[in-house]
Amino acid sequence: MSLITGLEAAAQEVGTDAAVVEGRSQWQLTWRRLRHDKVAIAALLVILVMIVLATCAPAFVAITHHPPNIAYPNTGETAAGNPVPPGTAGFWLGTDGTGRDLFIRILYGARISLFVGFVTTAIGTLAGVAVGLIAGYFGGIVDTVLARFTDAVLAFPYVVLALALAVVLGPSLTVIVGVISFFSWAAIARIVRGQTLSIKEKEYIEAARSLGAGPFRIMFLDILPNLLAPVLVLATLYIPTAVVFEATLSYLGLGIQPPTASWGDILSDAQNFYQVAWWYVVFPAAALLITTLAFNLLGDGIRDAMDPRTERVFAARRGRGQRRRQRADQPPVISSGSGVPGADLLATPEGSD
Amino acid sequence: MALLGFMIRRILAGIVVIWIVATGAFFLFFARPVDTVARQLAGRAATPQILAEVIRNLGLNQPIMVQYWHFIVRLVQGNLGISYFTGESVDTVLKQDLPPTLSLVFGGVILWLVAGLTVGIISATRARSLFDRFSTVGVLIGLSMPVFVIGELLILFVFVPLNQHGFHWIQTGYSGPSQGLSAWAGHLILPWITLAAVQAAVYTRLSRGQLLDTLGEDYIRTARAKGLSERRVIFRHAVRAALTPVVSQLGVDVGQLLGGVIVVESVFGLGGIGEASVQAIYADNLPVIIGFVIVAAVFVVVANIVVDLVYALLDPRVRIA
Repeated sequence: MSLITGLEAAAQEVGTDAAVVEGRSQWQLTWRRLRHDKVAIAALLVILVMIVLATCAPAFVAITHHPPNIAYPNTGETAAGNPVPPGTAGFWLGTDGTGRDLFIRILYGARISLFVGFVTTAIGTLAGVAVGLIAGYFGGIVDTVLARFTDAVLAFPYVVLALALAVVLGPSLTVIVGVISFFSWAAIARIVRGQTLSIKEKEYIEAARSLGAGPFRIMFLDILPNLLAPVLVLATLYIPTAVVFEATLSYLGLGIQPPTASWGDILSDAQNFYQVAWWYVVFPAAALLITTLAFNLLGDGIRDAMDPRTERVFAARRGRGQRRRQRADQPPVISSGSGVPGADLLATPEGSD
Repeated sequence: MALLGFMIRRILAGIVVIWIVATGAFFLFFARPVDTVARQLAGRAATPQILAEVIRNLGLNQPIMVQYWHFIVRLVQGNLGISYFTGESVDTVLKQDLPPTLSLVFGGVILWLVAGLTVGIISATRARSLFDRFSTVGVLIGLSMPVFVIGELLILFVFVPLNQHGFHWIQTGYSGPSQGLSAWAGHLILPWITLAAVQAAVYTRLSRGQLLDTLGEDYIRTARAKGLSERRVIFRHAVRAALTPVVSQLGVDVGQLLGGVIVVESVFGLGGIGEASVQAIYADNLPVIIGFVIVAAVFVVVANIVVDLVYALLDPRVRIA
């Protein structure tokens, strides 16, 4: 009796009309929690705005009449040949070292950064999940070989190797995507392997096997769905890493080749104009920082939303008014500012093993 | 005894990892037409005879497996080969460029551990305070910031204005400790901050999370109930247990560190082995690149073994098996 009233009260509290509590999938629950996380939603909006701006870059070219690779030596440079400041002669964010429109170039740089971020993360996630599942499920010699290989990739001083690969193969977008993908799967594979090792001992896997399910059916239909949550979080948090990776390669001159705009390349050129053109450094740096920050915040938000322990935080927040006085004598250990403390570690690639 | 067996197993596994890295690097770099390499050395106008001689001198005319065998034999003897350009031994080249890199790593690691752990511990013991909120925001910004962006912003907003106003202690480039410790630190302070910033963010987040979890444990309540001072509870009981994942993280980060070193050295023109290897890459100087990759891999493997040992010493619950 009291239990049912409790459930009904809970149902009403969360705003459902039905008196009967429906079963919700993990994804529905996650989305419901995420929706209430203002920071994560703001981050999501920022990412969407970035995507829209990057997609619509040609439209801005039509408005400003400044194609990304055209230099304007007359209007876009001072008499001394330096970049002109923001707002001059129709250059919204000023110009770069050769008199090109900085705003347009940042937009075109966003296309590269976001493309590389999404594509490499997708490839790395697929490869990492496959390797992790196979290593964890089959065990034995397969596991030993794959795990050692994963360790070797993680132990590579990857910036050096990425640079060298870019030189050996000749820098191009395909090579950049390949190189970054090559270093992105190992961390995910390690986590997936660890999870697979523990899940494959569960009774329902034994049941599936005794019903005659083959290894691939078990791996992809029985084990994989349980891993999607941590994998999604890892993938979201890997996107900013990939964006930074691309920017770093381009900064060192081995990524996207000029005249194609890339944030790393713009920032590298900007080094020659420190003394005269602050905007040349500040705007591309801000674009890079805002993008990576937004993905990190969204990833943190998704992780908190997927962690059942976070429910307590939200419950605490709802009832904070009454409870604060009662709990004033206790240190608020469980519900800390940005979510559950332990959750910070739950899905970080480095922190969880 | 168990410790000895553990060490032997870890060292053997480490050698396997180094072998994989070395082999991967070798085949990656030598899987190109040898003419490309030889032509770059001999110059565009070189006659076929000169090209052939260069190829023979470098041993590039031998079958790839023979070259690989020579490479491995030399490697076991600690010989990383000869630089294609200067004719110097790669060991010498790397040794020459080591001081700036070591100076950078030394100060950077100390700074990031001190900053990361201090902020992490204060944040955890004062969870939800204003300090904690600010540090959480700072951590996220640090995590999102590429190393070279921090470096560039420091140059733009610290180095340039200070030097314009006649304050010349902070400099770019490198000045050895023999030129005076103050000059040494002045040249390295911005690189140290740059290298430490991202990592300090990782360690702040990690130590804060760990310490918060540990402070919720029963034995902490027991320690408090015994009447221990809060300082003693935190430092003797909580921090020690919370530190173990931080130590294991340190092993993972050594690899990251080397990547950061390359970028920081390039931003500030320090001229260490990171910058040397980038220049070697531009110049197609394969032995130097392979040398750097192998040295870096050894560094990572050794650091990981040390970290595993420290881990076992710090936390008696970790069994060496």
